[in-house]
Amino acid sequence: MKIGPKSGLALALAAAVGGSFLTPRLDAYFLNILIDVGVNIILAVSLNLINGYAGQFSLGHAGFMAVGAYTAAGLSTLVSANLLARFHGFEHSCWAFGCFLLALLAGGLLAALTGFLVGAPSLRLKGDYLAIVTLGFGEIIRVLLQNFESLGGARGLSGIPPWATFGWVYGWVAIVIFTVLALVHSTSGRGFLAVRDDEIAAQAVGINTTQYKVSAFVIGAFFAGIAGGLYAHSKQFISPEGFGFMKSVEIVVMVILGGMGNTAGVILAAVVLTLLPEVLRPVAAYRMILYSLLLIVMMLTCPRGLFTALGERAKGWLARPKNGGPP
Amino acid sequence: MIVAESPILALEQCTVRFGGLTAVSELDLQIGGHELLGLIGPNGAGKTTVFNLITGVYPPAAGRVRFRGHPIHGLPPHAIAARGIARTFQNIRLFKSLSVFDNVRAAFHPPLFQGMASAWWRGREFYAEDARVSAQVREVLGLFELDKLAGTLAGELSYGDQRRLEIVRALATRPQLLLLDEPAAGMNPAEKARLMKWIQFIKDKHQTAVLLVDHDMQVIMGICERIVVLDYGVKIAEGTPAEVRRHPRVIEAYLGEDHVGD
Repeated sequence: MKIGPKSGLALALAAAVGGSFLTPRLDAYFLNILIDVGVNIILAVSLNLINGYAGQFSLGHAGFMAVGAYTAAGLSTLVSANLLARFHGFEHSCWAFGCFLLALLAGGLLAALTGFLVGAPSLRLKGDYLAIVTLGFGEIIRVLLQNFESLGGARGLSGIPPWATFGWVYGWVAIVIFTVLALVHSTSGRGFLAVRDDEIAAQAVGINTTQYKVSAFVIGAFFAGIAGGLYAHSKQFISPEGFGFMKSVEIVVMVILGGMGNTAGVILAAVVLTLLPEVLRPVAAYRMILYSLLLIVMMLTCPRGLFTALGERAKGWLARPKNGGPP
Repeated sequence: MIVAESPILALEQCTVRFGGLTAVSELDLQIGGHELLGLIGPNGAGKTTVFNLITGVYPPAAGRVRFRGHPIHGLPPHAIAARGIARTFQNIRLFKSLSVFDNVRAAFHPPLFQGMASAWWRGREFYAEDARVSAQVREVLGLFELDKLAGTLAGELSYGDQRRLEIVRALATRPQLLLLDEPAAGMNPAEKARLMKWIQFIKDKHQTAVLLVDHDMQVIMGICERIVVLDYGVKIAEGTPAEVRRHPRVIEAYLGEDHVGD
């Protein structure tokens, strides 16, 4: 039986919630990595809508993540600090669930609004110029947060309730993948790809390119904000340094390595690039050198994306003639 | 001189300047509702600039552009396209990483927010709309014998097929005026003959006015009802192919050499 996209989403959400009941048995370290993988998938898939599908090179994704993280964490620490004192067992009540959902959504929406404010004027720029503007935006967010004493300033914000469980993170992973795929695989969603391929031709068939680019930015920023909120509630501590330029680059690398506009590839790249530093932990001293070296090798061997390359190799194997003719 | 009755498009004293260069100067141009008008002129005469002026890529420095009686100068290109003017490009502009099918499908895009909400919700009406658009795309591809290539990436098509797909994509926006910028460029005689048949077909079947720019005199003289000749951004002649052919200024500026060989 063929599973429709909506039933697929429902199944994935159920699996995420179901998985949540199994996770207490898992090793805390392993669970932590699983959650990091999930957060990075959300970030990479949402950036892929902007960079990969709509073709707008953004280097500010960590900035949107920071907006979401600080908004959600600020709200939930405020609420839980005030309510925890009054109600015994608030941590585990369904009120906490509602509070977390609202805090996450508030973070996502504020990030989306920021995405609109940054995107509307700057999406007239292309390529390198847009990259520089978004890079500047990310730095502004980081520096602003460093100077907001009420949000912890450079010391960071701690004491965030640990609400981001496996179910929450992978529930959102399912939602972001569904959203991006559902949008792109539709007549209006093909507009994103049309804008990426040729803006002038897109306008000539009546596509409002600015509207499309800003929408991609806003939707991408929303999910980056959600990822930020989830990140904050799993680490229980956030600081502006965690949302710097390097974090944006990390997400961009996932998108490029996965293959621009290839959601499955980008998910794979997010998993691989999150696990790689952990796998390399035994060779602690050379870890980051090896990590960077692997990145360079991957880029050289499959510049169009990890998944694309793997897929083609598999196809090549299947198509290879039996009697050893030319491949 | 023939003046079209109730013109669908009228350029009134339009001027386009690039810095100190006047690319188009005080141009008056009218296209009738079902007319096939040819626009010719030597290289750099301003033909493509006229296209860019009509489609909103460049606003006129002076003058007015009216489409079905309403002024359209100053509107952005996508808004002009939505009002019923479609075009092709001299240097082919396709969505190269999309399939032939999707290139045409992009022309059927619904209003963005409505379209995205429906795509996200994936209700019954989304699938109904999707099926309706698919049927229309297949139909228009079939008319131009591109249906067999529907799954091919546009970037992988042969040159002639790319030109054809660009015309099909323009037609899919259901234009009332179609602007073709050198559609015959690089085509062999057989392809040219087919192209001429198609342009006639588009005009008759789709009730579309066509403005055709080309260097190929065989194509222009063969199918255009009326021809406007530009030189250095100025209209130097206008009339039926026979009239233009005999016009002394045209012969002087442009056609002279061609006709020596005839």
